[in-house]
Amino acid sequence: MIKFRSLSKSARTGITSYSIILLAFAILFPLQNLGIINHSISGQLVPICTYIVMALSLNLTVGFLGELSLGHAGFVSVGAFTGVIAASSLQDKVSPDPLRLVIAIIIGGIFAGIVGLLIGIPVLRLRGDYLAIVTLAFGEIIKNIINCLYVGVDNKGLHFSMTDIKSLGMENGRVILNGPQGAVGIEQIASFTAGIILILFTLFVILNLVNSKAGRAVMAIRDNRIAAESVGISITKYKLTAFITSAVLAGMAGALYAMNYSTIAAKKFDFNTSILILVFVVLGGMGNIVGTIISTVILYMLPELLREFSDYRMLIYAIILILVMLVTNNDRIKLIRANASAAIMSWLRKAMSRTKNQPKGKEDAHNG
Amino acid sequence: MTFVSNLINGISLGSVYAIIALGYTMVYGIAKMLNFAHGDVIMVGAYASYCTMIYLNWHPLLSILFSIVVCTILGVVIEAFAYKPLRRAGSLAVLITAIGVSYLLQNAALLIWGSTPKIFTSVVNIKPLSLFGGKLTITAESIVTVAACVLIMIGLTLFTQKTKMGKAMRAVSEDKDAAELMGVNVNTTISTTFAIGSALAAVAGVLLCSAYPTLVPTTGSMPGIKAFTAAVFGGIGSIPGTMLGGILLGIIEIFSKSYISTSLSDAIVFAVLIIVLLVKPTGILGKKVTEKV
Repeated sequence: MIKFRSLSKSARTGITSYSIILLAFAILFPLQNLGIINHSISGQLVPICTYIVMALSLNLTVGFLGELSLGHAGFVSVGAFTGVIAASSLQDKVSPDPLRLVIAIIIGGIFAGIVGLLIGIPVLRLRGDYLAIVTLAFGEIIKNIINCLYVGVDNKGLHFSMTDIKSLGMENGRVILNGPQGAVGIEQIASFTAGIILILFTLFVILNLVNSKAGRAVMAIRDNRIAAESVGISITKYKLTAFITSAVLAGMAGALYAMNYSTIAAKKFDFNTSILILVFVVLGGMGNIVGTIISTVILYMLPELLREFSDYRMLIYAIILILVMLVTNNDRIKLIRANASAAIMSWLRKAMSRTKNQPKGKEDAHNG
Repeated sequence: MTFVSNLINGISLGSVYAIIALGYTMVYGIAKMLNFAHGDVIMVGAYASYCTMIYLNWHPLLSILFSIVVCTILGVVIEAFAYKPLRRAGSLAVLITAIGVSYLLQNAALLIWGSTPKIFTSVVNIKPLSLFGGKLTITAESIVTVAACVLIMIGLTLFTQKTKMGKAMRAVSEDKDAAELMGVNVNTTISTTFAIGSALAAVAGVLLCSAYPTLVPTTGSMPGIKAFTAAVFGGIGSIPGTMLGGILLGIIEIFSKSYISTSLSDAIVFAVLIIVLLVKPTGILGKKVTEKV
């Protein structure tokens, strides 16, 4: 058997992350079907899966590409609403739920990707905080436009309007998107299994991208843009590749997320959601896939776990967030932590060697 | 006449943005961080003024002074506890901490004052100015806001250009390490910057709520984001640029609200920002940064 430690770092990341997800599925799926876990947790399973995908996709932009994006929820939003429109308009034409869900997710991904391309071309010319603020602006623009959008479907097909439902001009049609109220009457066809499959797909895409020629080019650009350019790496091409991949995955997550609720409004995907996803990524460790998965699960569940503190829970959440950032980033605390762990390690080693050196008979006698 | 009155409303709203944006710009220029908690300091300032006026019946001017003191202390405390330990950490770590502080302030306000909106009584109780036989009315709030904005800008410019502390601030924003070697106390300078920025936030909070009187714990966040946009728009780090950015943003917002669409006005504001940044990547009056290899 090959030793786990002797594998390359990327292979280890891959194995660890796939097995975490599969293990979680193997444990939670039977529990959910048997109804052992309580309702409030089983209702969180799909959102957690989609947030993991959102965080992983943002990690591609922030961790691997090294560009701060504050508008990730915008892509999620595009994916969510195009996905809902697709699923609703195919309601009578494609009958199996899973197939319709897959189509909705793919369409959500495609549209988010198109928006990613449109945004990426101008945005990626900018750098640093300016790029951050423009992605923030795009996120707000997307939210605003969807907030004013009315979409309906009838026998003749889809109808769009920016003013109100009446101007859709439908006869006996169904309203899909109702302006500020958002998408209404969504069929809740999302499932935990679909969420797990989407995470596995995302891991597959990201791990393959990161370990490919394109991925190495992306990381080279992150580490030193000028050096990368001077060895002939096309900056725009690879930046766009990473950015669009990130947008597509976010859009797919958005479509799945929306299908988990009966109504969803555009204001769900605002600046705060973008920030929430960013917090998952930063606390998980930028460019760290396993860390992102773990931090997303913990931070998503944290407000739930703090429920007994009722009104104080978000306050405690904020304090925990600040303290974690201080503990993980302050030099002095880092030093204390390093010293402490070194001391514990050396103590353990000493204890280990002591037990090894002890004669066997004596140990047996001691135990007896 | 509607055009003129829209223009005046725009300049007045823009002045509030400009005052908030000045706080962002100063902190960004010196600590190189996006202080996302700034918007929430505005909210705290407004609540401080509201409470003293309603519960203690203080004179508006006294309540403004009180709210300035509260915010200044708050700003310095936040800096000392949350940002100072991260002086040498990466910018993202500081950004997330700032977001944590923002959550903290919002939720603390939610616990103290609840989520029901408080109706802020204007600190300016002068009758609106009526011109051209009543065709054009200018509220006293707009006049006070614009005047405050101009005064603050002049004051800040004089402060940064003429005083020793101002000189230290410019030195730190230019090169922190070199400034330290020249005997500038970097920590004091950064604390002072936070104090000034937060004092401005208090003024902005009171003025904002005098013009738009609903006060809730999230009152500060959207103006905060927009003011930050304004700072970037005008050229972050430059005081006149920030002022210009703020006022232009206010005018664009009011005009798009009244001539294009109320619900799309934010989208238009942000779209203009994007276009400006694509043409001039460092903002209207921003300095061009040459890249060293």
